This record gives sequence, structure tokens and C-alpha cells, in this order.
Amino acid sequence: MIAVLAAIAALGGLALAFGALLGYASRRFKVEGNPLADQIEHLLPQTQCGQCGFAGCRPYAEAIARGEADINLCPPGGEAVIKALADLLGVEPKPLDESKAAPAEKRVAVIDENTCIGCTLCIQACPVDAILGAAKQMHTVIASECTGCELCIPPCPVECIRMVPVPRGIEDWKWPAPWGPQAPQTAAPPSRAEAA
Amino acid sequence: MAEYVLILVSTVLVNNIVLARFLGLCPFMGVSRKLETALGMGLATTFVLTLSAVSSELVNTYLLDPLGLGYLRTIAFILVIAAIVQFTEMVVHKTSPVLYNLLGIYLPLITTNCAVLGVALLNVQEQHGFLKSALYGFGAAVGFSLVLVLFAAIRERLAAADVPVPFRGNAIALITAGLMSLAFMGFAGLVRA
Amino acid sequence: MYAPGEKLWHFHGGIRLDGQRELSTGRPLGAVPLSAEFVVPVQQHIGQAGDVLVREGQHVHRGQQLTQVREYIGAPVHAPTSGKVIAIENRPVPHPSGLEGLCVVIEADGRDDWGDARLEPLEDYRALSPGRIRRRVRKCGIVGLGGAAFPTAAKINPLHEQRIHTLVLNGAECEPYITCDDTLLRHHAAEVVEGARILMHTLGGPERCLIAVEEDMPEAYEALREVLGGTSSGSFRLVSIPSIYPTGSEKQLIQVLTGREVPADGLPADIGVVCQNVATARAVYRAVVHGEPLIERIVTVTGRGVSEPGNHLVRIGTPVHEVIAHAGGYVEPVQWLLMGGPMMGVALHDDAVPVVKATNCLLAARRGELRAAGPVLPCIRCGECVRVCPARLLPHELYRLARAAEFDRAQEYDLFDCIECGCCAYVCPSHLPLVHYYRYAKSEIRDLERERQAADRARRRHEFRLERLEREKRERAERLAKKKAAVSHKADPERKKAAVQAAVQRAQARKAARGDTAPTED
Repeated sequence: MIAVLAAIAALGGLALAFGALLGYASRRFKVEGNPLADQIEHLLPQTQCGQCGFAGCRPYAEAIARGEADINLCPPGGEAVIKALADLLGVEPKPLDESKAAPAEKRVAVIDENTCIGCTLCIQACPVDAILGAAKQMHTVIASECTGCELCIPPCPVECIRMVPVPRGIEDWKWPAPWGPQAPQTAAPPSRAEAA
Repeated sequence: MAEYVLILVSTVLVNNIVLARFLGLCPFMGVSRKLETALGMGLATTFVLTLSAVSSELVNTYLLDPLGLGYLRTIAFILVIAAIVQFTEMVVHKTSPVLYNLLGIYLPLITTNCAVLGVALLNVQEQHGFLKSALYGFGAAVGFSLVLVLFAAIRERLAAADVPVPFRGNAIALITAGLMSLAFMGFAGLVRA
Repeated sequence: MYAPGEKLWHFHGGIRLDGQRELSTGRPLGAVPLSAEFVVPVQQHIGQAGDVLVREGQHVHRGQQLTQVREYIGAPVHAPTSGKVIAIENRPVPHPSGLEGLCVVIEADGRDDWGDARLEPLEDYRALSPGRIRRRVRKCGIVGLGGAAFPTAAKINPLHEQRIHTLVLNGAECEPYITCDDTLLRHHAAEVVEGARILMHTLGGPERCLIAVEEDMPEAYEALREVLGGTSSGSFRLVSIPSIYPTGSEKQLIQVLTGREVPADGLPADIGVVCQNVATARAVYRAVVHGEPLIERIVTVTGRGVSEPGNHLVRIGTPVHEVIAHAGGYVEPVQWLLMGGPMMGVALHDDAVPVVKATNCLLAARRGELRAAGPVLPCIRCGECVRVCPARLLPHELYRLARAAEFDRAQEYDLFDCIECGCCAYVCPSHLPLVHYYRYAKSEIRDLERERQAADRARRRHEFRLERLEREKRERAERLAKKKAAVSHKADPERKKAAVQAAVQRAQARKAARGDTAPTED
């Protein structure tokens, strides 16, 4: 009998002692806030387009940090962002979610000035204030600030906004990957100008 | 003095806890994809192992043995280890949230790491004193960390290499682990019994 | 203690190549006749392009300035001959992408007339301030003619902390086939040395000037020795260095001559050295003493794919096919047309592109002339690439990291210190196109950086917008509150009573003032 009581007491004593230690530790090492969400947000492309299903890049970052959202929901970020998020969180990178269409190249919005009626609905919709204009004044998209999120297109009552692709010029041309179809292998001989 | 050096060499190289005794394989396979994560895991396990080896030895010597509660050893040790791991988790969460997220579920899983319980029980079996237990625990953890870091470095290179399709992923990792184990067999006989 | 220029050091690695110099040095220096049409790209250098000053239809003189650059790192371009500007539009330019760039297209009028475009000759440059000379160098559009095309005015403007003790004149033409600097030195060594003197003055008088030529350029060495009157003259030292590729690369040349390494992430000016190509020095001379902007250069036209390889004086903007035609035309089958040499040259997609300031050589390689790219095999980590890398990098590691798209790690392995010389790819037994991997990784990193900055800007704008909406909401709420307070203030009963009282009193006072005798209602 004594032995059983001794056993219970011994284990119980141990449990109480460690419980107290852990209780103290949990107060001493309390963690406030969620620094992880900041790190995730820093990796996102900031187009604020909402294609991930969240109301912007910050809410998506916070959802990932809470573990509620997957890392492959961001089409503008593409593979690079998925890989970066996978590295940060220590998970396997996975391909972009099939329900999200990946854009082929960067596009910016252009307002047809002949049709614009100056209603400011697109200005209110733009998440980065990239549209210049005022009521009854001409509206223009500042192309260098447009992120291509397409949030301005639905509100326009006269459908005067369209997306135009911005092809890469000499300033931002990239060397193609040295493997795969566009690898610079033996180039074709140069084409010759017509003899003068 | 020589005895203590012998314990260290033996636990780190000759009787490496992962490659010779095959304990602690779960984090060995699970946390070895990136070098930084592996290093963090190694440090966390070192902290837990050393502390738990010492605490288990103390609990055994001053509580269990005097009261003749030897049969409660396993459960008592697990209690000790779980508490220490929980404490470590809190410290890591506070000091390095990135590492905390990187380790994920493997941090609390150190509790079920058979290496930790194994070392604690081995200390009792070998009847090590306080200092020897501490050294044994520390040496086992250093051996664990060493092998984990080596394995992580190799896996990082494997990730970028041209591995044949049937071998990709865990298959080539297990083959690598087997080859490492073979390599470490070369240390056998380094320490004369 | 060795006197400067007497002892030579080695740089790590490098390879010995067959220079193929005899192919193009057999003929005297020629001159390509003026074209009917010149295409002058506005961007021919590192830095900003500049705004076009001329209009379509405008007549320009030979040497007239066509663009104006406001930024510090940039250079203007000038008209190569007199004529009419017929277009300012995108035309194919010599760039690895094959894309087009903005060009000023000039239809020559045949008169080749300087008009008033030449600037005032500054023969007595020693009396002028370095700043004045730099302004002249900038206005004449001088850029590095060794191939990099960095604006010279910015390069010869060291920071206050950087005390320059050595000017290195780079006549070490290390890449095979190229002989334009060799030819320049054989014909105009005096102008090169005079240009060096001007540079010495501009740099505040460094202790010495080292003129380096390769061992396999004996005629150039002789020409310089004659001009200097010996292998050393005053602060000038003529040095002959071993022909190891890529000894003509700035950092490697400085190491050979001074034994000091330019720090990674640093510039030669950080260790007190400025390096200029011999052709650049000559261009500086013509700009300062004769007032001539940079509108022509010597181009080596070589390779077994041209009929009469040689060196020619070519106006900037001349279409490449005309230069080839002047060299006797193609010898088919031509496999490659490179701008530059076989190691670092850029393959041209079509020969209608113009000659630009960076065009040191046009290499038409016949099929089988250059070593064919072999079948690509896996990397066996033999270490040959590490043995030859002049920048002391680990090419096989950079290859692995570029292939795995681990760009951060690649930067930790000093990817941007790679000079893309091609030594590693030359020796690789698996025929890996290593330089392509590094170029790919570098451009991906630059692209990611651009995207990161754009994303940062977008995030800041988004946060500002949220703040703005908050502020507007707050201001509206305040306005509303104020209005409400004013209204409720008016509806206060005590005040109301007092107001009514006051109104009654005012009415009675008015009545009394009117002397009202009308009876009041009871």
C-alpha cells in the first residue's frame, strides 16, 4: 500500500514540479504578435489584386502565417514567390493552384480617353492609387505604378479600360535559361542585309 | 580523464547514436532538407538531450531508486523529457520565430525521439554517475547534430542534382543514409573496448 | 624593392590561346568609305541614354551632338558625318537579345563637313583644371573603347579619398583574333602617349603610368618604345606582359602589373589605380587637343569567313554588312558573325546592325573554324574550371546553384565577380555552357531585384492609400460632429428663450422708434 502511495506521490510530485516550471516559463517567454506574417508579406508581389481569395497581400500573408492558407495561391507572384514561401516556411514547393490562371506577361491598364466620362469609380477601386483624375476631369492610368491587378475594369460604367501587355524591351531583357527549348545553342547564321 | 574523452569519442563517432545505434531516425529524415533547419534542430536536440540526461539521472538516483520505484523509470523519464522539450519550445519560439516555424512539428516531436529516452535509459543501464551521464548525453547529441548537418548538406546537393526519376526524393535520401552508416562503420575499433 | 613595371606578378588561372593575329595584321590600316545611311543608337554605353536633341528633317554637321545626357554616368552620341536626320526610331542594334533600340538615322549628304561642330582645340591642356578636361571628355562622348563602353569622364573622376598613384594604359589585347589596339599602336603611338599625358594631368598627377602590351605584339612595343625614347621616360614605363588570356581584363592586368588585387565589390580606384584602354587614351587626345568628338574607331574585321581580313577605320553607325563588304565580303559558309572575339563576343542576329562605340572586332567564323559546342554531359566535378578561373571563383558551384535557381547562395559565392571571360567553359570536359548559366543567374537576380523594388513601391502606395482613406473618414466625421454641435447648440432651450426675448425687445424698440400710435391688440 505504502509503495503504491509512494509511487503516486513521487510521480505526482515530479509532475507538479515540472508543471510549475513550465507555468513560469510560459509567462516569461510569452510571444506577442506575429512577426512571421511580416516576413511572408515582404515576399508577396503587392499587386493587391485579390486573386488569392483574400482582400489584399497583407490578409493573405496573415492567413498563411496562421496556417489557414496554402502557399500556392498567388498568380502574380508565380513560381518564384511559391519557392520563396516554401523556403521560409520549410515546406515543399508545389505548383500554382490549378484554379488560378497564371498571367503570361505583365499587363497594365489603359483608359480610352475618348470614352471616359470622369466618374472616378476606377480611381476609388485602384488599390495603389495609380489612376490620376478627378470628378468630371480626364482619368489616366500612371503606367509605371499600375500593378496589373485589373480591379479597375469592373467598376467602369462605360467599359473604357483595357489591359495591354508590356513586352520586355532591351532595358529589362533577360538571358534565357541555358536548358530547355529556348536555350542559346548553336545559333542560326546571321541573316544578311540585301546588297546595297 | 581519459575515460571522459573516450566517452565523447565513442558517442560521437564510434557508436554514433543515429548511424550505429539507429536511434533518432525520425528527425534525421524529417529535418534534413535545409542546412539551417538541421543546424537549428541539432542545437535544440543538444540542449534537450544534455538536460534530460542529467535530469533523468538525478530523478533516478534521488527519487526512483531510494523508493524502489524502478518500474516507473520509463514513465518518469518521459515526464522529464516532455517537460524539458516544452520548455525548449517556448524558448525557441521567443528567440527565433523563424526557426520555430521551420522546425514545425519536429520540435515537440523531440519528446518521442527515441534517442533522448534511449540515452536516459542507457545511462541507467551502464550505471554512469552524474558527470558521465552528462557527458554521455552531450556526446550523443553532438553525434546526432554532426550526422544531421552532414546529411542535410548532402541532401541539399542532391536536390539540385540530376537524380533518376525512380530514385528521387526519399529513396535517394535513404540510400545516402545507408552509405553514411557504412562509412561510419570505419570508426569501429577506434576505441579499444 | 622593384621599380614599377620591372617585376610582374601572376593572376590565378587563365589559359593560353592561339592569338590568330596574323590573320588580320597582314594588311595596312584601311578606311571604310562613307555609307549612304548611318544608324546611330542613342544607347552605346553603360549608363543613361540621354534625350535626343535633333528633329526629323534637321540637317546635322559631322560631329554634331545628337543627344544630351543629364545623369552623371552617361555619354552623348554624335553624328558620324554631315547629312539630314531622316528618322528617330527603333532599329535593330547589336545586342544579344536581337531587340531594337532607339536610333538616330542620318542620310549622308556626301560633303562630310564638320561645320561648326568641332570644339575649341585645347592644346595647352596643362593650364586647364581637371574638371574642364573632364567636361570636354564628356561632351565628346568618350567611353571605354576596350569593349565595356563605360563613360570615361566618370572613370577619370576619382573620389576625394581615392588618391591615384598609377595610371595603367591597357594595350594588352588578350582575346584571339582582335588586333585593333595593336594596329592603333603601330600607327598612332604618339597620339596614344599624348592622350596618356592628358589623363595623367586630369588625375592629379599620379606617380607613374604603366603602358602594357602583350608579348606577341612586338611591333606595337617597338612603336611605343620609339615614341617614348626607351622603355621608360619620366613617369612612363613600357611593360611587355605574358600573353595569357584574360590578362587584358582590367582587374587581372592591375594584378599582373602591381601585384595588388582589386577588392570584390570594389573598383581599381579603391587601390589607387585607374586603367584606360589605349584607344580611349587616343580618343581623349583627339577630343581635347583637336576638339573632335568620338565618331569613328578602328575595327578588326577578321575570321576565315571574310575574304580580306584586316583593320579598318570605321565611322560609328556604319552598317556591319558594309564593313564586311569593304573587307572583301563573306567566304561561305559563314557559321557565326560575332561582335567581339570568340571568347566574349556577342553573336549578331543580322548584319544590318550598325557599328557602335564598343565594336572592337567583327569576327565572321566559317563553319569548323571555331571549336564546335560538344554534347552537354553531367558535371563530374573535375575541378578544371576552378584551376583556370581568373577571378578565383568556384565555377562548378555557381553552375549547380544557377541550375537549382538558388540565387541567394550564388551571390554568396560571389557570382557578380565573374567577368564572363569563358575560361571555365573552354576547359570543361563535359562541354557545359557555363557562362550562359552565370549570365542567366545574373539577369534573373537583377530581374528579381527590380520586381522587389516595384512590389515595395506598390505596397507603400497601398499603405498610403489606406491611410488617406482613414484620414478622409476621420475628417468627414469631425466635420459632421462640428455641424451637429452647432445645430444642437442652437436648439438649447435657455438660449432659445433668450433669443426670442431679444427678438421681442428688438420689435418693440422698432415700434417705439416709428412713434407707433397704432393700437396694439389686446
